[in-house]
Amino acid sequence: MSSVTLRNVVKRFHKFTAVHQINLEIPDGAFVTLLGPSGCGKTTNLRMIAGLLDPSEGEILIGGTRVNDVPIHKRNLGIVFQNYALFPHKTVAENVAFGLKYRDVPKAEIPARVQAALELVQLPHVGERYPKELSGGQQQRIALARAIVIEPDVLLLDEPLSALDANLREDMRVELKRIQEKIGVTTVFVTHDQSEALAMSDQIVVMSAGRIEQMGSPEEVYNNPASEFVANFLGASNMLPASCTALGPQGASLEVAPFGAVTIPAQKAERLGGQGLAQLVLRAEKLRVLHPDEAGEGMLTAPATVETVDYQGQTVRYFLRVGGRQLQAINMIDDRPFEQGAEVRVGFFAKDASALPTEAK
Amino acid sequence: MGWQLIRGYALLVYVFMFLPVAVVVLLSFNASQFGSFPITGVSLRWFGELAQNEAILRAFRTSIILGLLTALISTTLGVLASLALVRYRVPGENVISTLLIAPILVPEVVLAVALLLFLNFLGINKSFGLLLFGHVIFTLPFVILVVQARLMAIRRDVEEAAMSLGASPVQTFFQITLPLMLPAVLAGALFAFTISFDDITGTLFWKPGGVETVPTQIFAMLRNSISPEINALGTVMIVMTVGLPLLGAAVARILSRKSGT
Repeated sequence: MSSVTLRNVVKRFHKFTAVHQINLEIPDGAFVTLLGPSGCGKTTNLRMIAGLLDPSEGEILIGGTRVNDVPIHKRNLGIVFQNYALFPHKTVAENVAFGLKYRDVPKAEIPARVQAALELVQLPHVGERYPKELSGGQQQRIALARAIVIEPDVLLLDEPLSALDANLREDMRVELKRIQEKIGVTTVFVTHDQSEALAMSDQIVVMSAGRIEQMGSPEEVYNNPASEFVANFLGASNMLPASCTALGPQGASLEVAPFGAVTIPAQKAERLGGQGLAQLVLRAEKLRVLHPDEAGEGMLTAPATVETVDYQGQTVRYFLRVGGRQLQAINMIDDRPFEQGAEVRVGFFAKDASALPTEAK
Repeated sequence: MGWQLIRGYALLVYVFMFLPVAVVVLLSFNASQFGSFPITGVSLRWFGELAQNEAILRAFRTSIILGLLTALISTTLGVLASLALVRYRVPGENVISTLLIAPILVPEVVLAVALLLFLNFLGINKSFGLLLFGHVIFTLPFVILVVQARLMAIRRDVEEAAMSLGASPVQTFFQITLPLMLPAVLAGALFAFTISFDDITGTLFWKPGGVETVPTQIFAMLRNSISPEINALGTVMIVMTVGLPLLGAAVARILSRKSGT
């Protein structure tokens, strides 16, 4: 088990810079997720930690030791790939035993270790089969067993769930987290799926265009996004232009048309530099759609028109016209959803909003 | 009605193509000295005489040694070239690839004459080595085409997984890559062997005096007389050149069934 450190890491492919000056500290035993859209550099980062790519600049440390010049087969890592990457010509047991052959494990001990790993992934009886005789989810479990049986210093997971279908993906997510907690290995998980990231991680690193946008616990990243990109990548958010009239330890006061004056908690406005132009960030789940005659006790409200209704079963997503701009709201359905064209009110609690400086475009 | 016509026509084409081959095989079992129908009796006499004929046996040995060496060298070079072209970024990749495949596209006579003239120009005499060199040149494309296609189908992440588990690049090649592409490697080697064993055009130009391969030996014998031995030899050639690839395909199928790919 080891920490992983990236210091000023840059990766260029010819003239294209895939990763810009990344600094990252992954503590021993942590489950850290690199989250971002495709092409944001998250996989490039993972491949550099793995030793499958050489950084153009900067240093990579595993357990405090610089590994830039250590080839992949000497780094003692467990990697789980998106498409399982099991050896098709070897049985499941041979697959899992593969890494043990290159370590000082006594031959007699190998079968027991393999069996223990297979039991850990809850597939104790498939050792004699070939990978193609297993389902996708089973294959991914074997890939995980193969990666952890060698007791790696770091476990690298490269979108391991995205080749599985939806239901299986959620089961595997729980399973993966359980196993990681049990063995306590430092884990770097790469995904573009925000719900996977939120559910599994100790820390989320949101990346965009080769840069880190925000680093923090799932709650922090979700409730207090550091940028418009983060706000929109983790679910849907409304960005409302506002002007900050007062900023102090007791909170920030903002003027937001058409809702009026809002005072939000100080820690949710910590990124504001001072008074002046700002943006109010309001998650779509926090914007409530109310009957026109409902009071909305304690909320800031404004009249709205329902433009589009996107029915999703237990929730419904509305696109609403509010004071000349379109806002999104995702609400649980109590009774029946509002209909398209309905005149309603929308409202939110001040504590649910956060503020960001206006971004230079 | 239309299909019946096409079917019949196709059948006639096949008969036209394969009847001469069938005749050679049939006549090789003919007891009589003269190749004519009806066959006067079935015997293995000509195969027996074949086995007594020093010149033919020598030609057979030459052909087999030449074929085996060609297969060995072509396959080794072909596997290495395919690995370089598929797995690494080589400057001028496309040009190299085209050049390696080119011998298939150039008529064999042109290739044969060109190589001969070139070596004359360099003052190098004809030798068995030169003959082998020529055979390698025009069997290499077949090996590369077969192996390259297979290698492209082997996912890179399987090799990466092996390395992440502690196998060095060389260990990864022998543990993972080679077993996965073995059917293609064997097929390539068989191709190289049968093409070399069969070849006459290039061989006629490149062989040094006194060295005969089976095809050039048959060719030389035909110039003197049409001996029934030639029919027997032809039959042996047919069995070898048709039988070996079939055998190879069967082996490859068994191998790949075992490996589950």
